Amino acid sequence: MTDAHSLLVERITLGYGDRTVIDDLDLAVPPGRITAIVGANACGKSTLLRAMSRLLAPKGGQVLLDGKALHKLPTKEVARTLGLLPQTPVAPEGIVVGDLVSRGRNPHQRVMSRWTAEDTAAVTEALTMTDTLSLTDRSVDELSGGQRQRVWIAMALAQQTDVLLLDEPTTFLDVSHQVDVLDLLTDLNRSRGTTIVMVLHDLNLAARYADHLVAVRSGRLYAAGDPTEVLTAQTVQDVFGMTSRVVPDPVSGKPLVLPIGRHHAVEGVEV
Amino acid sequence: MTALVETPVRSAGDVVARGRRRRAVRRAAVIAVMLALVVVLYVVSLVYGNTVYSLGEVWDVIRGETVPGASFTVGELRLPRATLAVLAGAAFGVGGVTFQTMLRNPLASPDFIGISSGASAAAVFAIITLEMTGTAVSLMAITAALATALVIYVLAFRDGVAGTRLILIGIAVAAMLDSVVSYLMLRAAVWDLQTVMRWLTGSLNNASWDQVRPLALALVVAGPVLLAQARGLTLMQQGDDSASALGIRVERTRLVAIVAAVTLIAFATAAAGPIAFVAFLSGPIAARIIGGGTSLMIPAALVGSLLVLTGDLLGQFAFENRYPVGVITGVLGAPYLVYLLIRTNRSGGSL
Repeated sequence: MTDAHSLLVERITLGYGDRTVIDDLDLAVPPGRITAIVGANACGKSTLLRAMSRLLAPKGGQVLLDGKALHKLPTKEVARTLGLLPQTPVAPEGIVVGDLVSRGRNPHQRVMSRWTAEDTAAVTEALTMTDTLSLTDRSVDELSGGQRQRVWIAMALAQQTDVLLLDEPTTFLDVSHQVDVLDLLTDLNRSRGTTIVMVLHDLNLAARYADHLVAVRSGRLYAAGDPTEVLTAQTVQDVFGMTSRVVPDPVSGKPLVLPIGRHHAVEGVEV
Repeated sequence: MTALVETPVRSAGDVVARGRRRRAVRRAAVIAVMLALVVVLYVVSLVYGNTVYSLGEVWDVIRGETVPGASFTVGELRLPRATLAVLAGAAFGVGGVTFQTMLRNPLASPDFIGISSGASAAAVFAIITLEMTGTAVSLMAITAALATALVIYVLAFRDGVAGTRLILIGIAVAAMLDSVVSYLMLRAAVWDLQTVMRWLTGSLNNASWDQVRPLALALVVAGPVLLAQARGLTLMQQGDDSASALGIRVERTRLVAIVAAVTLIAFATAAAGPIAFVAFLSGPIAARIIGGGTSLMIPAALVGSLLVLTGDLLGQFAFENRYPVGVITGVLGAPYLVYLLIRTNRSGGSL
């Protein structure tokens, strides 16, 4: 149903103050697919995501949404096409789940417009998809970390954008909730064709869930493409400075990174 | 949009819609009750005093008929006083909650971060040193409040304005300005002290229509501007990034809100002095009553009016001596501040 919005990063340079974080980076986000951005801490991947969601103005180059410069488009228009879940959003004290998720409808509302049946339907669908419908009247303060993250994702879903950017959506979640969240995003991608771009820490989950893997090393694009091609022992060495063995994951067939480390390798594993 | 789950959606939609409706009804009911209380206290303020007039007499005065005694006491003393209480309370409430919402911190109230102090210091300076009176003093106070806000904003600015830094700088600026007031007071002539006192704790004594009019105008102009920012401000509680992703122009919203809120605080301070703690208390009380997640502006305005009306009635009639309203609200507000600090400390939150 989506008419496949294009999101292109063209020779972008980003930074805060005098510090350059991203230097002359090109990136084409494949429409209707799941893209994961990986890289070491402080390599600029979150900064890149902020620029792709219009939060940070580029110092050089540009981000193009459907061929138009993202930073020249009106905020609200962007917010109807492109949703973002920041790393640490703050839930206002005492807000209930239903109200928080309803806030995702803001870009679709005019200054004085009333809440419509369409808004209710979007919020209900978002709550249902994230399995948080039963929490509707609960206060967000009372929820567990996993529930809270699903509620935030529900808010982003209620926004009904065709492109969804997420900054480390699985941080602070235990492994089963991480998989839940990524399965949910895959559902969304498959059922609605939503283009998803996320920054992920866990290489193995990134390799499994992404159709397109982007590796960033100190502000520059190191490699981008199919995870099977991008994620090699060499990539892990260059991007994270870590020796590893990469084997096919017996569950998914995608690459699986096994760090070698200094202590536990059995004899016969070359370091 | 094809719904993913076909059958349960209708009943599930009911859950969402019902929840919304229930909260909207509750909010409307709470606002209506607060409005009714404001009206009741306003009427009590008109009727009650050393001489108690009947509702009929008060109504006649309001309609402009001459009622011996009442025309002066009600028309010239009580009516402007009660009106000023309602308007100043509302202005402090809205101005305060705007800052608290925007900086995500109840301590970020204009009476702590130096804006009210700026108005007070300028007014005291104008009265004592420049020997100004009336409107000129108010103008000085308003200009100084806006200037103070600008100074604090500029000093706190580094890649955007972070709440805590602005609050701490504001507290320092407030302390400085308060010392200016103390210094001027020590040098003041005895006959000036009475006038100057109003600029310290806030008082409705000698309220007249001359003070009501500019404040009413400020509310009519800045109030709607501020209300138009309400949705943006409530979304900004989630953080600038999140609000921006939901289509809010964060910087613009913040700028408009600051200017409008400072205007309200400045005009209210010029009219009634910095009535202690009203700007600080209204927002959190309103939040407690109405629940989080919705705009607190109108509820906070009503709470502000209630605080000032109640405080003034208590100050005038509850004790042997008459106290200015600011003394009463100060006594109410200080324990709440202590409570708030203890609670934040326990929950381990930053400020």
